[in-house]
Amino acid sequence: MADARPGIGTRIVRWIDYRLPFMATMEHELYEYPTPRNLSYWWNFGSLAGIMLVIMIVTGIFLAMQYTPSALLAFDSVERIMRDVNYGWLVRYAHANGASMFFAIVYIHIFRGLYYGSYKAPRELLWMLGVIILVLMIATAFMGYVLPWGQMSYWAATVITSLFSAIPVVGQGIVTFLWGGFTVGDPTLHRFYALHYLLPFVILFVVLLHLIALHRFGSNNPLGIDLKGPQDSLPFHPYYTVKDFFGLSVFLLIYAFFVFYDPNLFTNADNYIPANPMQTPNHIVPEWYLLPYYAILRSITFSLIGIPAKLLGVISAFGSLFLLFIVPWLDTSPVRSSRFRPIYKWVFWLLVIDVLALGWVGANPPQGIVVTVGQIATAYYYIHFLILLPLLGKIERPRPLPTSIAAAVLSSKTKVTAPAVSMDKP
Amino acid sequence: MMPIFTARLLLAAAALIGLLLLAPMLSEAQETPPLPHQQWSFDGVFGTYDKAAMQRGFQVYKQICSACHPVKHLYFRDLQALGYTPDQVEAIAASDQCTDGPNDQGQMYQRPCRPSDPIPGPFPNDQAARAANGGALPPDLSMIVKAREGGPDYVYGILNGFKPAPAGFQVAPGKYYNEYFPGHQIAMPPPLSQGAVTFADGTQATVPQMAHDVATFLAWASEPMLDVRHRIGVRVFLFLIVGVGIFYAAKRKIWAPVH
Repeated sequence: MADARPGIGTRIVRWIDYRLPFMATMEHELYEYPTPRNLSYWWNFGSLAGIMLVIMIVTGIFLAMQYTPSALLAFDSVERIMRDVNYGWLVRYAHANGASMFFAIVYIHIFRGLYYGSYKAPRELLWMLGVIILVLMIATAFMGYVLPWGQMSYWAATVITSLFSAIPVVGQGIVTFLWGGFTVGDPTLHRFYALHYLLPFVILFVVLLHLIALHRFGSNNPLGIDLKGPQDSLPFHPYYTVKDFFGLSVFLLIYAFFVFYDPNLFTNADNYIPANPMQTPNHIVPEWYLLPYYAILRSITFSLIGIPAKLLGVISAFGSLFLLFIVPWLDTSPVRSSRFRPIYKWVFWLLVIDVLALGWVGANPPQGIVVTVGQIATAYYYIHFLILLPLLGKIERPRPLPTSIAAAVLSSKTKVTAPAVSMDKP
Repeated sequence: MMPIFTARLLLAAAALIGLLLLAPMLSEAQETPPLPHQQWSFDGVFGTYDKAAMQRGFQVYKQICSACHPVKHLYFRDLQALGYTPDQVEAIAASDQCTDGPNDQGQMYQRPCRPSDPIPGPFPNDQAARAANGGALPPDLSMIVKAREGGPDYVYGILNGFKPAPAGFQVAPGKYYNEYFPGHQIAMPPPLSQGAVTFADGTQATVPQMAHDVATFLAWASEPMLDVRHRIGVRVFLFLIVGVGIFYAAKRKIWAPVH
């Protein structure tokens, strides 16, 4: 208990803590919280994502104080922030590049989970809450991208909202309802602004659930085996707080590079042209973090069993996220970490290449080879989750697992170093 | 384990970046030649705007471009960033007429501009601009460098890209052939010619010189906070590098007993 430790609380803190055990909870969740002692730097990205969410909310609130969500004034109000608001350029560039950083962090976090099997029992709900956060992030980022009301904002809003028209019978009605009119316009911008302000707090709530689920069983680890006793773990503080701070400082360097020296790298030049409903840009391209879904969407150029191509494309794009959602039940292998899965380890990297290929396809106009690559990559994405993952659990022979984390850490310190390393060589 | 994992990830990231860089090149290579890359004073980590070039560029804008193109997001007061004194800015402003009002009689009226006024454009609205330019709308130049792929190189390329059309290329009436303009047919007549302006500092007013100077001015107009951004960025980097060092040392020290 908090008051059992000398020096931690004055009488006031103890008085409060007796009634509202805030310090005791923090103590329990940070100080006593047992964390596997072998976490690598790939485990830094969870806390980084949390910090990035806070940075986005803080910069976003300051932007909201200066921004005007009206079709007539939005573009100029953003320029006003860039030119006349004190450090407005800094806040806006931090927010705009922060979105890219946030997605980069979250994607690394997700792929780390896929590599080390972090979604397996008993962490299924932890994983699913994570996928819900991703979906909410996509919605939030999309609506945020619309707010500057540049050409790409306007046309991205038009293209993406029009996807709902693929739904049979009620589709067109839904689109009109989303727009608040018969075209993307002032009401659309207003509601996107309201939702863009609301959703981050919904994300914050789901992150809280994600953390509660995490603290139930604690972090997975690079070996993918459970903690067997106190020798396998370290208290979160100070070991992982200091490691997270080190990772954070390195990350902030990368983030600062983009904010200060290449702030428009991730944006499209067209978005510095005010929205013009009469003129469609040559290539309508989403932000980089949405390119793979966009590629899947456009890869379905054929209708199937009476389902039109457009609807099939929409289903496939949303389906790619739904597959992530049910991964805990698609992967039938009892072994978590890829270190002990000789085949899956390779299949994992094929999936990474596949997703990068989808990103490339999404960035290019759908002509010639791009379409073919997109269709193959889309097919492979589905094959990976629907065929390879369930099948590998049956046919793959996992390597023997170490008896405990402490044993593995200890052995790699002394004489068994060589095999432990060669095990991972391709 | 980690080095191999990291190396693979770096490779994958490099491949992605390569693809992303290659993608726009592939799609645009068929249409227009690559823009000639210029050396800009504001390139790089320590880059700043060349004030003399900006003043010459502003002169080119004022005497030539401003006949058709507005700089909607600029105020006269912003011109102090070009190195003008407040008095000079006031004089520059006063040489233009701004619309103010309504007055006590409910009338709009003209008066000399003040530093706090936005720089007035050549046309009262887009329709008037189109009517005066054969249906084409001269774009706002205060955002042009950020609103075009290639930025200042694009502006420089367009201003130097007027050429006789190649044999067999039909140029529509009222259009001009430009090497770097998408589709090659631009509604803007070649705006610059040798000696079109006389620079006070004695710089030769060649077309490439004027193009370079006006592109520098327009780059500033698009991104006026770049100087400050670069200056603060260096300090932020120094601060963060020290931070990385401190946290790395702390991490090593705290983890030493358990490794």
